[in-house]
Amino acid sequence: MIWRFGLFDSTFEPLLYTHWALLAALGLPLLLGMLAALFPPKRALPVALACVPILASGLMMLSAYDQAGLLRWQWEIADINLSLRLNGLSVLLLLMTQVIGVAAALYTPGYLRLNETGPLARWLWPLIGVVLSALSLIWLATDLLTLYAGLELMGLAAVGMLLLSGKVPALVAGMRYLLLALVGSLTYLLGVALILGHWGRLDLQGLAGVIEPGPVAWFAAALIGAGLALKAALFPLHAWLSPVHENAWTPVSALHAALVIKASLFILLLLWSILLPDTFYAPRVIAWLGLLAIVWGGLLAWRTDSLKTLVASSTVGQLGYLMVAFPLLLGPDIAPLPRALAWEGFWLQLMGHAFAKAAMFMAAGNLILATGESTLKGLAGTSRRLPLSLLVFGIASITLMGLPPSSGFTAKWLLLQAMVLSQQWWAVAALLTGTLLTAAYIFRMFRYCFDETAPRHRYQPLAPGMDLIALTLALIAFALGLLAHFPLELMHGGSP
Amino acid sequence: MNAAWLPLTALATSLLVVVIIFALPEDARRLRTTINLAAAVVKIILVILMVRRVAAGHEDIFSFQVIGGVDFVLRSDALGVMFAGLSSLLWLCTTIYAIGYLEGSANRKRFFGFFSLCVASTIGIALADNLFTFLIFYEMLTLSTYPLVVHNGTKQALNAGRVYLRYTLSAGVVLLLGTVLLYSLTGDQSFSSEEGLGDYLNDHRGLLTLIFALLVGGLAVKTAMVPLHGWLPRAMVAPAPVSALLHAVAVVKAGAFGILRVVYDLFGIELSVELGVITTLAVAASITIIYGSLRAIAQEELKPRLAFSTVSQVSYVILGIGLFGPFGTVGALAHLLHQGLMKVTLFFCAGNYAEELGIHRIDEMDGAGKRMPLTSIAFTIGAFGMIGLPPVAGFITKWYLGVGAIQAEMYWVVAVLVASSTLNAIYFLPIVHRLWFRSGSAHGKGSWPKEQRLGRFETHSWLLLPMVFTALVSLGAGLFAGLPFSPLDWAARVANGEYLP
Repeated sequence: MIWRFGLFDSTFEPLLYTHWALLAALGLPLLLGMLAALFPPKRALPVALACVPILASGLMMLSAYDQAGLLRWQWEIADINLSLRLNGLSVLLLLMTQVIGVAAALYTPGYLRLNETGPLARWLWPLIGVVLSALSLIWLATDLLTLYAGLELMGLAAVGMLLLSGKVPALVAGMRYLLLALVGSLTYLLGVALILGHWGRLDLQGLAGVIEPGPVAWFAAALIGAGLALKAALFPLHAWLSPVHENAWTPVSALHAALVIKASLFILLLLWSILLPDTFYAPRVIAWLGLLAIVWGGLLAWRTDSLKTLVASSTVGQLGYLMVAFPLLLGPDIAPLPRALAWEGFWLQLMGHAFAKAAMFMAAGNLILATGESTLKGLAGTSRRLPLSLLVFGIASITLMGLPPSSGFTAKWLLLQAMVLSQQWWAVAALLTGTLLTAAYIFRMFRYCFDETAPRHRYQPLAPGMDLIALTLALIAFALGLLAHFPLELMHGGSP
Repeated sequence: MNAAWLPLTALATSLLVVVIIFALPEDARRLRTTINLAAAVVKIILVILMVRRVAAGHEDIFSFQVIGGVDFVLRSDALGVMFAGLSSLLWLCTTIYAIGYLEGSANRKRFFGFFSLCVASTIGIALADNLFTFLIFYEMLTLSTYPLVVHNGTKQALNAGRVYLRYTLSAGVVLLLGTVLLYSLTGDQSFSSEEGLGDYLNDHRGLLTLIFALLVGGLAVKTAMVPLHGWLPRAMVAPAPVSALLHAVAVVKAGAFGILRVVYDLFGIELSVELGVITTLAVAASITIIYGSLRAIAQEELKPRLAFSTVSQVSYVILGIGLFGPFGTVGALAHLLHQGLMKVTLFFCAGNYAEELGIHRIDEMDGAGKRMPLTSIAFTIGAFGMIGLPPVAGFITKWYLGVGAIQAEMYWVVAVLVASSTLNAIYFLPIVHRLWFRSGSAHGKGSWPKEQRLGRFETHSWLLLPMVFTALVSLGAGLFAGLPFSPLDWAARVANGEYLP
């Protein structure tokens, strides 16, 4: 086994704790999840204690990156090069995963206690662990095999989490998701097989050197793209998303919408930047679909009567923002300045959306738990009784609407500037339309909440802290707007 | 010495109050009141400190980088502290009034939380030093006023809220587009920069005009310029303190203030004249002035009449810009303050009539002067000011605007001013007449629509004092316009220091 730091042959001496931090980031969630299945925690306190080393590992990786710049680990096992690398982007995504994962874990005991969840509930813990470990692996992976392993682990665990509630609609939605996820994986695997067969290697670094544009690359990219788009619920392959969230437990929804979907998108961008550098049409197609996604997702959310469907459909629309940015990241003839702006805007939007969407699912879950109703109409009068849950929902929505000073705004600003500079006016229109559509469905929901004429309900009190966890996530999404400089600074010079 | 902490603290004080109020329980009434008032006083002190430093020639700047090439900047300049002063003074008055007005009603925590957020946004707007920072607080203002507009939770209020958002959020998108276009063209452009956008005139004339149209168009919605005024009369369903806040201090003024910033600080008046957009602005303002007055006459209820009066009166500020001369500028700036003082007085009065006597319609007001003399005196002062009778503050504005129009040889503006004053008189004088000179046979003492028990004063003292204070200040701003630190004096100082060659 050889250690390599830096891209190729940097002589940086590995810090003593770096390997341990890596090991902890990858293994601890899994390990602690298993442990929790044996001894299910009933309170948030033991969970909080267990989460400390996970967060610490993330921070240590951050400090290691700060000192060393790019980090790279490499193993040679039977002719196959396995490697992991830590660049600015992966540090950011890793930290994001850990914070959201920890928040979801902290939220879980209270949620399980207040819900009649059945005997399977204890298996939620290891599944959360698997998802977090797999995600960390994906952010760090540099070869197609590792990526596939992470993707598959994450996907199966995600399906498992959704099936846990055991209700019939959950099973139906879950099985459909499983089927689609498997189809997605299979398509992805076919693409990978094609690459392996043609170029005979799996590491991205090497592939970037040898891949030349041509039918093989295009076909592989199409297969990989289709598979990942299915998993990421990119329009028009999003239909499975709402039913899944409709029946899922709140912490599961939060993790899924915030992180699981993003991983597929991350891989898609990563691979296309190698397979399809400077291709004109493929990113354009994605972008046009993104435009449709913004409109369609917005309309779905606007029309629905169910709170969870609203939040889930909003994800479909919000992913459109990211898709619209594809031509700026991958397309040809984009000047360096707009490309850099779009690059920053893309990841900021992704992170802001992750935090905000997790917070929003938690707030929605709290509202549903407290009122016992899952429809928008059932929310009448909640502004008086559940102000904190609504405030969290509101702060998260500000990010989703992209209103200042949230991260959604700063991201939109960056993307808009990139689009204006590269004269993609239709993309500008898409983003601005998205803002108004988002506002339309968000305030439609608030309109029900502020209605004081409705009869009073009985409210179930929430476990302490459930609102505060969501509030913390929402505030992170909010604060990333004005403090965007710090995370974006980390990413400079880093491309996938 | 750069006291960067001053603008930052002024903003942080307001934001801190918001956090505290939201964290307090609903029934911590006394503590909330104390914090509200204490913060309002602290903020006035901070603004006075800034005013003194600005008067001595120091501008305090606080800034940090948000993303590459875009900074968040707060700066206390003469125009900024002028607006900050208006909003912090009226915040104190309106807070006192609101505490009295909402006595015993539900959701007060939510109300005061968003109320404070609203004022915090206004301070941010006042002190913002570039368009990016301005936009942040401008949109915050939109969001924080929505819960206030729908505060009552009735169907009517919710509908008004929806209309309000439709207008303001669309306007926000237009403003954002204009801002992004400007940044793409020029990079971060500070309001304090001397150069202006003159360098870009030759190559990008069309684009500059477009940016100007987008920016001013986006801002004009909050300013309620015709035909973008539709949200304002509907938002009248909100409680009286909110109306006062929307009309006098925060929302419409934020729009007008923004247009001042765009014309004077961003484009510069010469470039704006060069682009040929100024005359359009003056014409639009004139149309708004006349149209608003005409619609006001048609209203039978007090608050909608005041609302349309606002539509009309705020555009004096824009009209003043359109005269592009020293007198026009001074008139515009002074009117920003004068209108705020007078309008807030009028809304306090309207709220008092509604609260104490249950009066909403104008034909119910006969003889109310006897029952509520102080309120009626305050109303009369406000109404005379709006008409432009000396010595109330409104006269000063109209005088300056008139002189400015003649100097600019835009004689039609004089006609607009005369017409507007006449129309103002047509819709205000009958009310004054009803108050004082009709005996109110149908509504003798004790037979008002919904009279409250008469206490020591004609109404609750929390409702009375702020109104009396603002009425006196409106009178004083006219009577003592020549003294230093009067609104007119400060307006002239701003104009001299920054915009006049």
